Amino acid sequence: MKYIDEFRDRNLALQIASQIKSEADPAKHYQFMEFCGGHTHAISRFGIVDLLPNHVEMIHGPGCPVCILPVGRVQTAISLSHIPGLILCTYGDMLRIPTTDGMSLLKAKAAGADVRMVYSSIDAVNIAQNNPDRQVVFFAIGFETTVPPTAVALQQARAANLKNFSVYCNHVLTPPAIAHILQSPEVRELGLVQLDGFIGPAHVSVVIGSQPYDYFAEEFQKPVVIAGFEPLDVMQAILMLIRQINTNRIEVENEFSRAVLQNGNLKAQQTVADVFELRRTFEWRGLGVIPYSALKIKAEYADFDAELRFPIEERSIADNKACECGAILRGVKRPQDCKIFGTVCTPDNPIGSCMVSSEGACAAHYRYGRFRDHQSSISARV
Amino acid sequence: MSSIKVKSGYVRALDLKHGHVEMAHGSGGRATAQLIEQLFVAAFDNAILRLLNDQACFPSSGGRMVMSTDSHVITPLFFPGGNIGSLSVHGTINDIAMSGAQPRYLAASFILEEGFPLIDLKRIVDSMAEAARNAKVPIVTGDTKVVERGSGDGVFITTTGLGWVPDGIDISAHRASPGDKILVSGFLGDHGVAVMAQRENLSFDTTIESDSAPLHELVAHMITVVPDIHALRDPTRGGLATALNEIARQSSVGMLVQEEYLPIRESVNAACEFLGLDPLYIANEGKLIAICSPADAENLLTAMQAHPLGKHAAIIGEVIEDTHCFIQMQTRFGGRRIVDWLNGEQLPRIC
Repeated sequence: MKYIDEFRDRNLALQIASQIKSEADPAKHYQFMEFCGGHTHAISRFGIVDLLPNHVEMIHGPGCPVCILPVGRVQTAISLSHIPGLILCTYGDMLRIPTTDGMSLLKAKAAGADVRMVYSSIDAVNIAQNNPDRQVVFFAIGFETTVPPTAVALQQARAANLKNFSVYCNHVLTPPAIAHILQSPEVRELGLVQLDGFIGPAHVSVVIGSQPYDYFAEEFQKPVVIAGFEPLDVMQAILMLIRQINTNRIEVENEFSRAVLQNGNLKAQQTVADVFELRRTFEWRGLGVIPYSALKIKAEYADFDAELRFPIEERSIADNKACECGAILRGVKRPQDCKIFGTVCTPDNPIGSCMVSSEGACAAHYRYGRFRDHQSSISARV
Repeated sequence: MSSIKVKSGYVRALDLKHGHVEMAHGSGGRATAQLIEQLFVAAFDNAILRLLNDQACFPSSGGRMVMSTDSHVITPLFFPGGNIGSLSVHGTINDIAMSGAQPRYLAASFILEEGFPLIDLKRIVDSMAEAARNAKVPIVTGDTKVVERGSGDGVFITTTGLGWVPDGIDISAHRASPGDKILVSGFLGDHGVAVMAQRENLSFDTTIESDSAPLHELVAHMITVVPDIHALRDPTRGGLATALNEIARQSSVGMLVQEEYLPIRESVNAACEFLGLDPLYIANEGKLIAICSPADAENLLTAMQAHPLGKHAAIIGEVIEDTHCFIQMQTRFGGRRIVDWLNGEQLPRIC
């Protein structure tokens, strides 16, 4: 595949791997967090761990929009789907997120609710146009990457004067989440999680640019390398982080220069600013309530805000007690440290949200990496 | 009084151009008989079916027999490279063939939805007839039911097949053993991508056609060259990943697959990349996985490549010892990962 295979080249990977091996100081232990679920997925799917020396370790961050959505918001979406005649549209991964009592949108659908998987926010607008007698709610989630499409959907709905379309907005922002992790007691005071640097998001940065990360380099003294989602991007970013540390530099570097500009995509930012404003607080699964970390629909678009159109009661619902998603999302624990990983909690029967999306740390480890937990008992002959 | 004379016993022919399936077509009365005779028997015509009994009676040649049944509920009914009719013939022929057997007879059972256009039903039935004729496996008995509008999705077809296993052939998914080689007969993922591209909410154009094909002649050729094939399976729903996991579990072994040897068309890879899908989980309808001893592998590969349906065959990996029955894959990139069971339906990723 043109423009993809170039970034999955084995020979280049082996070259970077040998550079990492020769430049990583054996006396040091390097721990980097890839914030984004896209990177977690790439690391697992391509087996990048096998190309890294033991003293260079990756910690999976909370950048999977499915994983950080608290149970209460999922429950609200399920309640919306139960409103007679209502069509609830959302992206595929959202359908399987379990609530504490074992419900999910997929189960609501099986029980008769009209829940539809869409590939694009505009599909939801089209469904509203084709079903003028029915209320259509787009259950919007995602980081900065998926915000502009939701904004465009809202603009189109307003331009078409659609009376039956609204958005249940759950869009969240990357920089406040990174700041929250760096300010957490585990990282800052207790030293439970050693974080030497970040691999910055790819698609998010296409929208917001590289400039918002300067703060982390300055305030928290952590190097950041923005990287694309292809495996060579990740390998190169790891090498760049090691080089920064070895030469005592703390900077924001951009490995993904083929797509990310310093100021990002200004048109997308303007579109977003037209429709959305900061939410005062938002609850993140695993991270708790983070101020100014999410978006809400502006007053000018209030007619299209599902939270105003329908009687929605915001509730905070605790996670399943045995589930370690919270600690895993903060980088304090690894998926295999969770007692119910791979037994009670599997992709077929997820208990926690990290097991739902393929970008979730648990699902990625279960699907791609868990053979390493048993490696001593495997007599692979090749 | 009209002077028009009507021939005694005249029955107006089915309107195969403008007519629709009606509840009466499933009543068991005259309308049912008319549908059976003018559509099904006309298309599938053979001596056994022509007797119009409720069962097919045929001579048996003794030895081990194989029986398989498969229901087809595909959406959309028509897709590039085939339709539910040809698919329902190929699907059951292939299930029979995966035992090394030669399929001999098929039965077909239709569940039709009231209101379904007869012109579409005729297209489906004609393509079943053509598929059965080309495969030389006659449809010798069948059944038709009609359900009310809204209770079905146009047409559901169940086909059942019977076949005979040649003497000395013992092919079963519990026979994979460490050291065995794993082969596939050609490009993976064509069928699933071709069907997905036709779904109404996915608007992308592709030239990919379904690979739907009967594999029994390929299998017959393979077993003449290598009679001791250990296991065969057609990786349909759930794709290669699911089929390999099934075999591994049945044989209590692991597998190690080399990603770089997997035959996958660039266009299928691109469509999967675009939709956030993994081609290893995409359905095939004209491909098989074969497992044989390492000593037989090269001969089997050459035999497969000599057949039109195995032209792009490849050895993709080998069976290893593993009590956890993991399918591991050496990625093209240089790392290793599991190829796990498919869970749920493959849903597209968000970003």
